[in-house]
Amino acid sequence: MMENFFLGAALFLCLLVLPCLYRAIVGPTIIDRMVAIGAIGTKTLVILVLMGFLYERVAMFIDISIVYALLNFISTLAAARYFEMKGDI
Amino acid sequence: MDSTNIITIVFICTGCFLFMTGSIGLVRFPDFYARMHATGKSDTLAVFFCLFGLAIYHGFTIDSIKLFLIAVFVFIANPTGTHSICRAAFRCGIKPWVGEEEKS
Repeated sequence: MMENFFLGAALFLCLLVLPCLYRAIVGPTIIDRMVAIGAIGTKTLVILVLMGFLYERVAMFIDISIVYALLNFISTLAAARYFEMKGDI
Repeated sequence: MDSTNIITIVFICTGCFLFMTGSIGLVRFPDFYARMHATGKSDTLAVFFCLFGLAIYHGFTIDSIKLFLIAVFVFIANPTGTHSICRAAFRCGIKPWVGEEEKS
């Protein structure tokens, strides 16, 4: 019963990636695209943990999502620093 | 349907709802700063709700504590990333939207 609920929640989050992809493609400036990718990154984090519960390997998937959260954060900072130094969007 | 399942379902449903509002805000808002404001806040709280619900479902184990640590880390990291992106955008000269209906 709960597995079906987790599967439904994960599928719903996958569907929510589509508007972010729309913004990533259309986004007038480069930083809009970065915001969209960041939003997709946080959704992927939760989808990963939900998959961990679906596949009964919670410990492994939690470690994967920890690394993913860290990488998402660091890439956002690095890109923001790069655009700040570059000076034009 | 004991109580932990109900609590988990409630938490994850609110988390998914907040993710939905964040995505809709990302598409609908007219200006970069408004989009940044929409996704930055709602995604952080949505991750917290989802992970907290899953931690409750998983009971009191090491993994639940790790899940809670991820939620706390996202609570700290996401606003920081949002701030750095907004500062970069502002320094690159993106002007906030001032109300006239312009097609972005």
